Amino acid sequence: MIEFTFWDIARNLLLAARWTVLLSIVAFAGGAIVGVAILLARISKRSWLRRSAQYYIGLFQGTPLLMQLFLLFFGLPLLGFRIEAWTAAVLGLTLCASAFLAEIWRGGVQSLPNGQWDAGSSLGLHYIAQLRLIILPQAFAITRAPTVGFLVQLIKSTALTSIIGFEELVRTSNAINNATFEPFTVYGLVALIYFVLCYPLTRYTKKLELRTAQR
Amino acid sequence: MGYALDFGWLNDALGMIASGAAMTVFLIVVTSVAGTLLSIFGAIGRRSRHAILRKLVAGYVELIRNTPFLVQLFFIFFGLPRLGIRLDPVAAAILAMTLNMAAYSTEIVGAGLDAVHKGQTEAAKALGLRPRIIFIKIVLPQALKVIFPALTSQIVIMMLESAVVSQIAVRELTYEADMLQARTFRAFETYFIVTLVYLGLSIALRRLLYAAGRRSIAGGMA
Repeated sequence: MIEFTFWDIARNLLLAARWTVLLSIVAFAGGAIVGVAILLARISKRSWLRRSAQYYIGLFQGTPLLMQLFLLFFGLPLLGFRIEAWTAAVLGLTLCASAFLAEIWRGGVQSLPNGQWDAGSSLGLHYIAQLRLIILPQAFAITRAPTVGFLVQLIKSTALTSIIGFEELVRTSNAINNATFEPFTVYGLVALIYFVLCYPLTRYTKKLELRTAQR
Repeated sequence: MGYALDFGWLNDALGMIASGAAMTVFLIVVTSVAGTLLSIFGAIGRRSRHAILRKLVAGYVELIRNTPFLVQLFFIFFGLPRLGIRLDPVAAAILAMTLNMAAYSTEIVGAGLDAVHKGQTEAAKALGLRPRIIFIKIVLPQALKVIFPALTSQIVIMMLESAVVSQIAVRELTYEADMLQARTFRAFETYFIVTLVYLGLSIALRRLLYAAGRRSIAGGMA
């Protein structure tokens, strides 16, 4: 058996954590882009678009992320796409993030007084320009705290991609645990790494919340 | 490529799906009750006069909220035996879910306690009620009424999160799905059906809690 020192375990876990970070960033960016599209549908004037977006959000918020990942992982090959764990992980987390972000931002848009829209149209701006210049910047600013809060949730959710076989922090830790039989140390360290990733963001969220509360 | 969806296996699988769903419901019922009770103590501790207790509860809440549930579960199931605490899968799942749920709802319950007007406690004190009675009969019911929607959301989120405990071989809905797809080789169809079951469960759970909450907690007070 190969001997693992504490340092070996920590080093391998830290190397694996890079994938957790990368996956979180990619899924958050992708989720933000798709999320804006869902948001636009959710606040559209056409009722069928609004309703579809509502169902989309309800579907992702009402089913386990693990099932969403399984469905993509096993479903896409049926449609003829070759898919790897990385693709399924990115796609699954992106779609899920888009639903949550759209719902958060919708709250921001709806909290703005109607006068903001009216003022926009009185300036002769068309719908897209009103959104781009007036509505969305304010909605994003108001919802910055829950958006960062969701990023924390997303980082933690990447742990589930280990189950469909993506080599991130948790999957690596399972392998190391099987080789070292040091579950207490290994999972303790894994928890610590996640904590170090998430806690600063949580603190930042608290600060943002306090700032909005004081306003 | 012609792939035809096949749901022919479903008839024979209904029993497995039902027993898996029953396990999921059992887990979430136990967790909701235990987690909410624990979080009431957590919220009291968070507002205690003793700084050590306040810090301990705050540390616990932050630790749970900033690490993935899956890691907490693995730590409890695989890590704790090192300390001589050996739990069977169901007990480990309930412990992990309860600890997780309690951390999130400590914040929720705390917000509810803060929302109850101080005058309520003062009025009760003026009537000569003991502090414990004041908390149980006056403050807590009003706090629960305020936080009920948030608590409902947290319970539904916990139910969805419980899919993860299949990883330590608790025979709940996801575990049964894993078994089924290994037997039928119909992975997509299996997970599709089970996803629908989860969706139905989360909608039903939300409706049920709202109905129950409106009747018992908010009843006569709104």
